[in-house]
Parts: sequence; C-alpha cells; structure tokens
Amino acid sequence: MLSFVIRRILQTIPTVLAVVLVIFVLFSVVPGSIMSSMSDDGRATDPQIAERMKKQLGLDDPVYIRFGSYIASLATGDFGTSFRTREPVTSMIAKRAWPTLQLIFAAMTFAIVIGVPLGFIAALRPGGIIDTISMVVAVSGLSMAKFWLGLLLMYLFALKLGWLPSFGYGDGGLRYLILPAATLGVSPMALLARTTRAAVLEIMTADFVRTARSKGMSETLVVKWHVMRNALVLILTTIGLQLGALMGQAVVVEKLFSWPGIGSLLVDSVLQRDIPAVQGSILVVVLFFLTINTVIDVLYAVIDPRIRYA
Amino acid sequence: MKFGTSLIIGGALFALAIFVGLLAPWLAHTDPVMDANLMNAEEPPSWTWWFGTDAQGRDIYSRVVHGARISLTVGIVSQLVNSVIGVTLGLTAGYWGGWWDDFVNGLTNLMLAIPSLIFALAIMAVLGSGLTSLLIALGLTNWSFTCRIARASTLSLKNQGYVQAARVLGYGDLRIMITQLLPNMLGPIIVIGTLGMGSAVLAEAALSFLGLGIRPPYPSWGSMLSEAREQITTAPWLSIFPGLAIFLTVLGLNLLGDGLRDILDPQSRSQRA
Amino acid sequence: MTDSPLIEVEGLRIDLNDRASHVAAVEGVSFRIDRGETFGLVGESGCGKSITALALIGLLRQPLSIGAGVIRFEGREIQRLPAAEQRALRGNRIAMIFQEPMTALNPVSPVGQQIAEMFVLHKGKNWREANQLAVEALASVRVPAPERRVKDYPHQLSGGMRQRVMIAIALACGPDLLIADEPTTALDVTVQAEIIELMRNLCAERGTAILMISHDLGLVANVCRRVAVMYAGRIVEERGSADIFRACSHPYTQGLIDSLPRLGSRAALGRTRLREIAGVVPAIADFPDGCRFNPRCAQATEICRTTAPELTLLDAGGLVRCHHHA
Repeated sequence: MLSFVIRRILQTIPTVLAVVLVIFVLFSVVPGSIMSSMSDDGRATDPQIAERMKKQLGLDDPVYIRFGSYIASLATGDFGTSFRTREPVTSMIAKRAWPTLQLIFAAMTFAIVIGVPLGFIAALRPGGIIDTISMVVAVSGLSMAKFWLGLLLMYLFALKLGWLPSFGYGDGGLRYLILPAATLGVSPMALLARTTRAAVLEIMTADFVRTARSKGMSETLVVKWHVMRNALVLILTTIGLQLGALMGQAVVVEKLFSWPGIGSLLVDSVLQRDIPAVQGSILVVVLFFLTINTVIDVLYAVIDPRIRYA
Repeated sequence: MKFGTSLIIGGALFALAIFVGLLAPWLAHTDPVMDANLMNAEEPPSWTWWFGTDAQGRDIYSRVVHGARISLTVGIVSQLVNSVIGVTLGLTAGYWGGWWDDFVNGLTNLMLAIPSLIFALAIMAVLGSGLTSLLIALGLTNWSFTCRIARASTLSLKNQGYVQAARVLGYGDLRIMITQLLPNMLGPIIVIGTLGMGSAVLAEAALSFLGLGIRPPYPSWGSMLSEAREQITTAPWLSIFPGLAIFLTVLGLNLLGDGLRDILDPQSRSQRA
Repeated sequence: MTDSPLIEVEGLRIDLNDRASHVAAVEGVSFRIDRGETFGLVGESGCGKSITALALIGLLRQPLSIGAGVIRFEGREIQRLPAAEQRALRGNRIAMIFQEPMTALNPVSPVGQQIAEMFVLHKGKNWREANQLAVEALASVRVPAPERRVKDYPHQLSGGMRQRVMIAIALACGPDLLIADEPTTALDVTVQAEIIELMRNLCAERGTAILMISHDLGLVANVCRRVAVMYAGRIVEERGSADIFRACSHPYTQGLIDSLPRLGSRAALGRTRLREIAGVVPAIADFPDGCRFNPRCAQATEICRTTAPELTLLDAGGLVRCHHHA
C-alpha cells in the first residue's frame, strides 16, 4: 500500500515539471509577450522604460538560464514578485488559498450531499417521477453558465429576499459562503446525480446483488452493504474529475461574488498584466488539481482492492 | 429522457440557435452596437423593447440575437479545431505507436492536468482579448478526450482483418488512416464534438464575462452579463435574457449530443454519463 | 410433519411479461423434495430450470413472474407469506449457490464478511461474533488457513476456492434446502469433482436436501436420488436416478443419455462421434403446438404435432410426458 502511494506520488513529478515548462514558455519565451502584455491595449510602452525593465527582470539572459533560475526559485517556494503590488507572489497566494479551498470544498459537499442521494433515489425507481425530474434538473444544471445561475441566485436570495449577503467574503462566515458554493456546486451535483444513477443501475443487475438477495437481505441492506461500496468507486472518479473542473470554474464564481480567492487573484492579475502573479496562481491551481487526483487514486486503492494488485 | 426525445428537442434548439445566428441582421430591430440612445436607457421589457434596454439604451433583444453569431462561431470553429487536433494526434499515435505514441500520451496527460478554462485563460492573457484569441485559446485546450477516443479505437481497429488487408494491398498509411480507420470512429467523435461545442459556448461566455474574451461594446452573451451584474439592482432583466440564450443553446447541444450518442455510439449507453 | 414433503411445487407457471404480450416460460411444473433428499433438474440451457430455481427462492425479477401454481415449504405457501417472513426463509432455510463464483461474490468486500453477513442477518449475531463464525464456516468447507483467508477479496482466490466460499455462505445457517444452480460448470474439471464431493458430504452430514440444477445428466444422476428432465419449460420425465439410464421413456431423455460419453463405448474411445440431438431448444415465444419436443423427435407422429401429452404415471415408477412411452 505504501509503495503504491509513493509510486503514485512520483508519477506526478514529470507532469509538474511539464506544467512549469508550459507556463514558463507561455509567458516568457513567446516573442514579446511580456512587453506587449505590459502595455495596456493600444498604448505603446516607452522604449526606454521597456529596456530598463527588461534588464531588471533578467529578460536579456538566454532562455535556458532564465528557465533554470525560474525553477530554482520555484523550488524554494519563491514565485517571484508581483509587478503590481511589489509583494511576494507566494504570500499573495497564501492569503487567498484558504477562501478558495473553503469555496471548493463547500461546493463539493453541496454537490455530494444532494447529487449522490438524488442519483440513488432515481436509480431505485428508474422511469419514476423523481428519476425524470432529477435527470431534467441534471441536464439543465450542466447547461447553465455558472455566473448566470449565480446572478439569478444573487438577485433572488440577496436582493429580493434579503436572506444572504450578495457578495464578498465578509467575516468569512457561512452566510457569505452559501451563495457562491451553491452556484459552484450545481454542475458537479448534476454530474454526480447522473453518474450515481448510471452506476447504481449497472450494479443492481450484477450477480453478487442476486447473491445478496438470496441471503435473505432486504433491498435496503442490499443497497447499503453491497451496492453502495461498488458505486462509490465510480462516484469517486467523478468527484475527482469534478474537483479539478471546480478549480477552473471557481475563477468565474469568485469573480462574480467578489470572493477573495486564488481565482479572482488570477483574473485580476491577468487583467492588470501582472505576469508573476498569473504564473504563480496558475501553478498553484495545477498543483492543487494534481494533488487531488493523487489523493483520489489512493482512495480508490483503499475502496477497490483489485486496484492495488493490478 | 426517452430515446429520441432528447435528439429532437436538442436538434430543434440547436437549429433555432443557428437560424438566429445566420439571420441576425434581419431579425434584429436595431444595430447592436451603434444604436445607443440614453433617452431609452434601462427600459424594462415591453412591446417596443422585447427584452428591455441597457444602461446605454441599446436594445437587448437585438444584442442577444447578434450574440448568437459570436457564440456559435466560437463554439463551432474552436470545437472543429479541437476535433482535428484530437483525431490527428490520436489516430497517428495509435497507428504508429513508439515514441510518438508516448509523446502524444504525455501531452494528453499534461492537458488533463491543467483545468481547461485555466489554460484558456492563460492563453488569453498572452494573446490579449478578441475573437481570434478566443478561437485559438479554446481551440487548443479541449482536444484531449477526442484524442483518447481516437487513439483507443485506432488501437482496437488496426489489427482487424480489413485494415490488415488494406495494408497487404499496399495502401499507404495515410490512405489507411483516412479511408479505413477514420470512418469507424466518427460516431463517438461526433458525439464528443457536439458536447464539446456546448462547453466552448460556456467557456466563451465565461471568458467574456471575466473581461478576457469579447470586450464590450460587442454583444457577446458573456460580456452582456458582465455589464448586467453592475445593474442588477436597477435593471434585473438585463441578467435574464443573455443567460437564457446561453442556457438554451448549450442545453440544445447537450441534448443533441446525448441523443446522437444513443444512435452513433450504442455501446457507451450503459456507461457513465 | 415428517411425512409432509420439505418443499412441494404444484402446477408452477412462470410468465415472461414482454411489454404487450406475455408468454409462459415455464408451465405445469410440479415436483416434491423430501427432507434430506437429493433431487436433480436437468435440461439444456433455456429449458427453464434456472428460473424455476429462482422462483423457489423468491428471486424472480421483472420481466419474469410467477403466473400460477403454488410452492409450499413445510406445508406453507411461500408466495402468500409477508415479505419479511419470505426473507427469513431465504438464506436461512433455503439457500442457493450460483454458477459463476467470480461474479456472484461482491468484488469489493472481503469473503469473510460476505459469510459473516449470514449470521448477522439470521442468527442475531454482532459483527465480531459473526466474523468468528465465518472463520469456522470457511474451515468447514476445507479452505486452508481460514483465519487468513477471511480477509481475502474474491479476486485473490481461485475459482474452486470461491465456490467453496459460496458453499460456506449457503450452508452457514444450516438450511433445510440447498439449491445448486450449475455449481461446477464454470470450474476446471479436476476441481469439479472436489466441489461436488464437498457439497454432497456437507449436506449429508447436516441433513440438508439438495435441488441440483445442471445440463449434465450424468453428474445429476450421480449426485441425486431422483431426477426430473425439463424441456422447453415443462418437465418431460421424472425418475429415480438408478432407473433413468436403464429404462428411460422419453425420447428427449434418451437423446441426453446418448450424448453422454460412456466408459468403454466406441465413442469414448474416439471411434465414433457422440450422438447429439438434432436442432435447438425453441425460444420461449416459438414453443410448438402439441408436444414441444416434436420438431426434434424421430418418433413423432401426427398426434404429437396437435395434442400436448400429459404426464403419466409409469408402472415401473416414475412419470413421463410422451404419447409413445414404452
């Protein structure tokens, strides 16, 4: 088991290096990208200033030296200094990591708590009313733009009903978290409901379910003891994939609700051409994504004994 | 969803979107960008202004109609680029194997390791906003599923009798790939492409909403919603119609994709959504 | 109580409800099994023997359902019992072993737990006691090192070991009837004999009756005291195993016997081909009129094509459903 975990962690290293390379190439090697992006649309940068900045940022060095020093500083946890605030990017990210994690885990909890039972209920009575409604809701949830849904929720619950604050982090309390988390959680909820339904339907026809019934188990126990754990493997896959996708969608939701997370840091930095902050936040997002995937893979091995030995 | 229902509803919604997009100049009441008139600012929906007007007094209905052009252009073109990249890489990787296969696999894994919206956002950051940048950013970042499918079906097809026969007959690699392998994987590729178009429409809207895609005053549904957010207290109708347009278009594509899957890719029906 | 049969099936009909139409997949099936008796049900695949077994244990699922007839267990009609009482019988008094031990066991649950469930369900044990009993149950089916094996998952065991686990599950609560549906078909030939021996001995020790279902007449006749042959949803012949090879009466049974290799016969020495019955079992929707075997029967005459024969009692003992029985 331990060797499996170690092997799985080692496997991510090449991916991390490749991602670092891509981010570096994208922002540092593409000709003129930094300089052009440092001027706002249409406005030309003063050539003298440009020259001085180039020197200061070490942009005159050969590419491989720049990449080497970039890697070296990353390895020490140094993501560079923000162009905009002159603050170390690392500390900017650190400040915003917690709100983002809060948001993503709240959204995923929302999705799991609603989506999985919904899928189960739908599967136990396929073709029934709950099944039909939940599948319509699921397809709709997947087709909606997150920020549109967020706007509608904001209008209804914050502006019309006044139950919840319309945006911001506030004191970090639950009240502020609810709307953004629900907005972000809708599409993983829809996907989880669909996956759970499909998984349960498939498992209910398995031979071992017939065996369980032949033991004299009630349907409730059959589901609890035999169907759930098997369905869990498939559900976990979806959760893992969705956590990654959430990282992407969080950007939009954070921006909509003015949530002070890494996503809104990323957007603001892009809009203000703050390249080190952009690079740093993308890298952190990807690292988070890879970490989640690794954890999910290890969890699989715990749940599904076949994987460890395969 | 019963068999066929989703295909019909999805097809109808998508056809409607195409129809609106193609005929936008004739369907629109006013010019979506130029016809601003502060005298008409923030009118709620009425017989004159079907979907109301925005803060600059522009007709939301006309803007939503024109927005269909941008959304569909981005959706269709970027997904075509994705499909071409995915099929080319997947087919050649599966067919030739060796270091090329390893390379393509590595590339696919890399793509899967970066959330695609983040990747697109990074490319937009480098290229700057605009339609061309959007097409590049969205066209380069969502091909990994297509690639995997193409590679997997090439691997399973290439040792089958008729492909081997073609090789014995002296057909060239390219000819075998195009005439023997490609037609046999089109079903799932089309399904993924249809669903991918939906994601591209959503991604365009998201990027434009963030101010990185189509910039105001051009009528992208996403950027319209971004403006609408500022006026949500005074003019909530601004938030409804562009979002509804996105929803119906993407819903149409998703239903169409599901419906096509039942016809073109029957094995995967029992598999997960 | 002692003279009433353990289980009695009378006029069982099983319907296949396919959208608009419904047809009988099994019809007019009657038999009885006494305490501790061994009874075999033989036939080609598709003859309805497996669904008959599922009906006995109450596991028919849509589109199959019991259309008519009664199943009595110790004199009580099983279908009339409330669901909870049916479940209390299932596994506890009537247990079942399935054909495919790989898929019949839950892949993500240790085998010990799958045995222990039986004690929790029917004997009111807590999990700790039940796990202890599972080790004993595994030992009783001659699995070596049972205290370690209980922690294994099905994929870590061989086919024969898995079927031993299935037997341990089935016999855990000391049932009165064990239904074994092709228990060895999926196993290697060498393992088959071991499993059959094990099953037979354990049941004999505990006085458990066996209903064995197989396509293999030789195997069933070897294990069971009495044998019923099914064809196309009906029982066509029922006899003591000792008699069936000596003097069978139905042409279908004769066909089954002729298709078996026999020691010392020319076929077993590879000189002639084994005889097979021409044609295939008809699909449920296309059962022929008259005797259902008539299209494949060499002795068929006009009456066989028009009138369905009834089961008749033979002077020598046994039942047969044929117009031309000897």
